[in-house]
Amino acid sequence: MIDVDIEVRRGGYSLAARFATPAPVVALFGRSGSGKTTIVQALAGLVTPVSGRIRVGDATLFDAAAGVNLPPERRRIGYVFQDALLFPHLTVRGNLEYGERLVPAAERYVDRAHIVGLLGLGPLLDRRPARLSGGERQRVAIGRALLASPRLLLMDEPLASLDIPRKAEILAYVEILRDELAIPIVYVSHSIEEVTRLADYLVLVSEGRTVASGTVAELMGRADLEPITGRFQAGSVIEARVAEHDLDGGLTALDFDGGRLLVPVVDSLPGERVRVRLRARDVALALAPPPGTSFLNVLEGTVTAVSARKGALVDVTLAVGGAVVISRISQQSCDRLALAPGKRAYALVKAVALDRHAVGFA
Amino acid sequence: MDAAGADTWGIIGLSLKVAFWSVAASLPPAVAVAWVLARARFPGKVVLDAVVHLPLVLPPVVVGFGLLLLLGRNGPLGSLLAPLGITFAFKWTGAALAAAVMGFPLLVRAVRLSLESMDVRLESAARTLGAGRWRVFLTVTLPIILPGIATGMLLSFARSLGEFGATITFVSNIPGETQTLPLAIYGFTQVPGGEAEALRLSAVSVAISLVALAASEWLARRGHGAGARP
Repeated sequence: MIDVDIEVRRGGYSLAARFATPAPVVALFGRSGSGKTTIVQALAGLVTPVSGRIRVGDATLFDAAAGVNLPPERRRIGYVFQDALLFPHLTVRGNLEYGERLVPAAERYVDRAHIVGLLGLGPLLDRRPARLSGGERQRVAIGRALLASPRLLLMDEPLASLDIPRKAEILAYVEILRDELAIPIVYVSHSIEEVTRLADYLVLVSEGRTVASGTVAELMGRADLEPITGRFQAGSVIEARVAEHDLDGGLTALDFDGGRLLVPVVDSLPGERVRVRLRARDVALALAPPPGTSFLNVLEGTVTAVSARKGALVDVTLAVGGAVVISRISQQSCDRLALAPGKRAYALVKAVALDRHAVGFA
Repeated sequence: MDAAGADTWGIIGLSLKVAFWSVAASLPPAVAVAWVLARARFPGKVVLDAVVHLPLVLPPVVVGFGLLLLLGRNGPLGSLLAPLGITFAFKWTGAALAAAVMGFPLLVRAVRLSLESMDVRLESAARTLGAGRWRVFLTVTLPIILPGIATGMLLSFARSLGEFGATITFVSNIPGETQTLPLAIYGFTQVPGGEAEALRLSAVSVAISLVALAASEWLARRGHGAGARP
């Protein structure tokens, strides 16, 4: 349980953040400079708010009214910085031990051998940080934070300074952490892909304010938040479960509340939960299931909203079973199909639009 | 000539002793002042900065004279310390003090520079890992600025070995007590036929300086490997 309600002022800059959720993985999402990092710094105790409170689990870390303000070293909040910030004068082993040794044995709940194995740090233990690659450094930083047995792990754009293959590598490790260790994570990012893949709960940050919060599916489906979630990236998120693989056809079938989706083969076992991000511009609409089509996914639903016109385009929101699908089409098409709330329609999605970047483990 | 030879070792020993203690005694306050100048923000910081750098720009004789006024037997500080058995005037400890004051800005500058070039967020990282301020300073800050400290120590050590003006003004030129290498060389150049002895001591000075330079080079290389930023 994370409960944050704070106001921070620094010079002419001010920030107000408020969100509360029991979700294990919370993402702070917003553009660079929106105030995400200030929020995590306040959580870690590196920045002191002028008012409000911060609670994590059953611990009060900050409460201006009650005069509580734990120093960073007593908060037990793991912090993974964007650029790792490993101690240059210590080996990887020394870095990992640094926080571990400061935790009283009774409060240690993370096992070093387990973490070293999980993050693949074994071969690196005797090296100095200067001799590690970017991805290796970030893995050590994650391990170092975890070995301090934190009650919450903050990850501030941990992938931002990495190239694309390293990003995928670290992202996979973060997914493992989330699933194997029951440790709450606050994940900061300006990449919608990372956020939808990892997080259960999303907090949108814009210009020093938390403007909206809710589940990933909820917020991604809201057209009014598009200025923040990004016009190009607009779309919705569907929670699904792997049904079966068709390896010859190179496809995986995913079941969700509202039907079945076919996507290029996903690297997970039948029964596992996954999250699919459906970009609005990849979804076409029809009034009847089209005969003889290359669209593998034809989802029947009901129009729930048609957005105001943006240039030549409109966003049409469809309820497909319990899921939300957004389609971005031209105003002209919308008029021709006479789409309005209540009307039946079919969402058409090419399987190839749902590549592996769109599907993440949930 | 034999007597002079024995004297040479005495002079070298005294010079090294004075230089060693001047560096050792000024190191802790220098690190503290460097930290304050690099990290703290307070009114009057400019004044502190100026005072620390004063010995670098003042004529050394003025510094020595100031010390004499302050710490001489009848000086305000000297008369306070004398009953405690602490005297500086005309003692080798006075020579060490004069050298320490002259070398202080060099030490502070080197330490401050490495404090300022260090990524302070490393200290934040250490605190989120459970380390209090002092532990962070001892286990993160200090090891990372070690190359800077070593450079500063060598600079001020070299400065101490060469210190002349402040020393001769404050503690005079007393053989066996305050007569360090430069003072001895000066002394020999003032007497007829002393050139040979002055030349010999100068050669010793050059040799010590070369060793110090080589040591600093070695330390800098070592520090570069261990303390370099990733």
